[in-house]
Amino acid sequence: MIDFLNGLVALTNFVIIPATAYGAQLAIGALGVTLIYGILRFSNFAHGDTMAFGTMITILVTWWFQSIGINLGVLPTALLALPFGIAGTAVLVLLTDKAVYQFYRRQKAKPVILVIVSMGVMFILNGLVRFIIGVDDQNFADGERFIIGARDFREMTGLREGLAFKTSQGLTIVTAVIVVALLFWFLNKTRTGKSMRAFSDNEDLALLSGINPDRVVMVTWLIVAALATVAGVLYGLDKSFAPFTYFQLLLPIFASAIVGGLGSPIGAIAGGFVIAFSEVTITYAWKKVLVYWMPEPLEPSSLMQLLSTDYKFAVSFAILVIVLLFKPTGLFKGKSV
Amino acid sequence: MTFNTRSAALYAGMAVLLIGTGMVQGWNTALLILNMGLISAIMSLGVNLQWGFAGLFNVGVMGFVALGGLAAVLVSMDPVGDAWSAGGLQVLLGLVLGAATVVGAVLIYTRMSAGRRRLLAMVIWIVAGFFIYRAVFDAGVDAVESVNPAATGYLGGLGLPVLISWPVGGVLAAGAAWIIGKTALGLRSDYLAIATLGIAEIVIAILKNEDWLARGVKNVIGIPRPVPYEVDLQQDPSFIERAAGLGMDPTMASTIYVKLAYGALFALFLIVILWMAQSALNSPWGRMMRAIRDNETAAEAMGKDVTRRHLQVFILGSAVCGIAGAMMTTLDGQLTPGTYQPLRFTFLVWVMMIVGGSGNNYGAVLGGLLIWWLWVMVEPIGLSLIQLVTSGMAEDSGLREHLLDSAAHMRLMTMGLILILVLRFSPRGLIPEK
Repeated sequence: MIDFLNGLVALTNFVIIPATAYGAQLAIGALGVTLIYGILRFSNFAHGDTMAFGTMITILVTWWFQSIGINLGVLPTALLALPFGIAGTAVLVLLTDKAVYQFYRRQKAKPVILVIVSMGVMFILNGLVRFIIGVDDQNFADGERFIIGARDFREMTGLREGLAFKTSQGLTIVTAVIVVALLFWFLNKTRTGKSMRAFSDNEDLALLSGINPDRVVMVTWLIVAALATVAGVLYGLDKSFAPFTYFQLLLPIFASAIVGGLGSPIGAIAGGFVIAFSEVTITYAWKKVLVYWMPEPLEPSSLMQLLSTDYKFAVSFAILVIVLLFKPTGLFKGKSV
Repeated sequence: MTFNTRSAALYAGMAVLLIGTGMVQGWNTALLILNMGLISAIMSLGVNLQWGFAGLFNVGVMGFVALGGLAAVLVSMDPVGDAWSAGGLQVLLGLVLGAATVVGAVLIYTRMSAGRRRLLAMVIWIVAGFFIYRAVFDAGVDAVESVNPAATGYLGGLGLPVLISWPVGGVLAAGAAWIIGKTALGLRSDYLAIATLGIAEIVIAILKNEDWLARGVKNVIGIPRPVPYEVDLQQDPSFIERAAGLGMDPTMASTIYVKLAYGALFALFLIVILWMAQSALNSPWGRMMRAIRDNETAAEAMGKDVTRRHLQVFILGSAVCGIAGAMMTTLDGQLTPGTYQPLRFTFLVWVMMIVGGSGNNYGAVLGGLLIWWLWVMVEPIGLSLIQLVTSGMAEDSGLREHLLDSAAHMRLMTMGLILILVLRFSPRGLIPEK
């Protein structure tokens, strides 16, 4: 019995909590991708770098707060700086839209042209972020590191395995719930949200019924800026910030959005967790859990790791391919334009 | 599509740029840029085949280029005998077992009727196959990697001339392209983009982690050359004599000679590939590809198998990128998986092709040469620009120091800006399709 509990704690500690936090981060990122896809109708390759930009602003403001002695006590100061990050990113994406995307929208250019244009935006943002903050890892988490530390947990329960619950992980999960609830309330209950959904479902009909397309597009970019910044800051708090990592997040984020069904917000959330849990479970060394759960003679001698962690991209990719093969529109029926 | 005066003028301009670089910064630098520019031009041709001819959106160029690089190692390095006897065959057997697992799973899926029994059979087959494969493969890998890990620790190659690796690189890339094309073509265009983006990351992950294959991040160095070594030339009396006849010292002459030899080889390959691409474009096949690109539905109504044709051109384009990758690794003389960056090897190639003119082979080649020249030049230009801008600031100003340190990142911004400006104001590129 104790063995079973120990195994369960190890599983929670190394798989369930990290995967849930990572899944929430991916889900918020994928929501941004899926919203742009649904309303502006292109895959935004600059999304990872938009996340990096928002996080960068937040980090800079955090540093400034820290230097003048403002902090949030046990919570990371970055939470206080987050609104500034969102505002900065909102300005950035609105400017990009005015300067770059609007022209092609008016022209009714093919979606793939917009994708290529977003590649150009990606280059610029990537360069901009590296230019301002550099390419190195930045750790900007402060406040209390753990909600429950491994040692406290061991003393509390008397189990051999410790359970560590990081503040950043708790924060991620709570924020994700709030953000998703807000987003769905907005999309389903408010007038603007409904017009956005109408625009996504049928552009011509929406235009006919007097919905102002510019307003819909603007609101979409604002929401996307907020989502991207929140996702980026949460990821940065949980792991660390480096421009290149954020660029690479593009793959799991797109995989999440596609697995869930591009254009479907519910799908993006489901996709995020599917990708995160598969990534973590497949690259986790199961030995630690199985020594508790298996009878003595069957205890594994190897690490029982299906794939090394360096192949985590391969996992998102494999799931993506499987879904594309068997259910091309994703788990929740997305668009297939 | 013909090579008109406009294109001739643009190419002449490119030549002036390179010659100017040679006069200002030295011929070594100019030739270095030219050689890499020729390779970039081949990559750009490959992407042009896919995008310009067929409208396929491949953002996994980096993966195909890296596969080409792997081919250079696998073909030209000497086999490591000890490693082969330690576990080489076991590694191969492991790979065969792994492949058999996949093939078996596909067979079960296609041959058995749908239902719970098929699912069960597949799960059992895959799980059992996976563990057997890992057991055999891991033991072999351990044995191979423990053979003198500081110097080898991998199986080595076939010990053949490195030139053979260029077509082999194309074949490897074509194989990978077949797998991706089979799954992602025929679905939406964005899906191919994401799938290629993914496969590129996976190829790099494999190169970095599978030490038995190409030493991973320990890098393979000293890949044999198709051209003579500078040191040998400098000791060759007849070469010294000829260099003296031209009024050059032997060291300088030998480096330039080697670069010229590489340049000639690359140019030869570029011309052959360009000629083939050009003939393809003007053949009935090329017209069909453009018809499919411009209106898939109409082409399908005419009885063209769109997905098959897409697969064909996707494989061809990827193979061209693979050839270029093998050439690049040959030029570098080493395979360093850590240096493969998507911004440099995928997206930059896209900028080349778009700026040059998508759908036009001459344009793609020009774009490759021009953008590579810019990519190299932006850094010193950016640095001097920032020096100029910050010259008013105090010598020890933190901001000035930061700006000078960050000047290197100017090239990303410049490339993005160029791409966006070209797409906006001259979307058909420098040498348009028609």
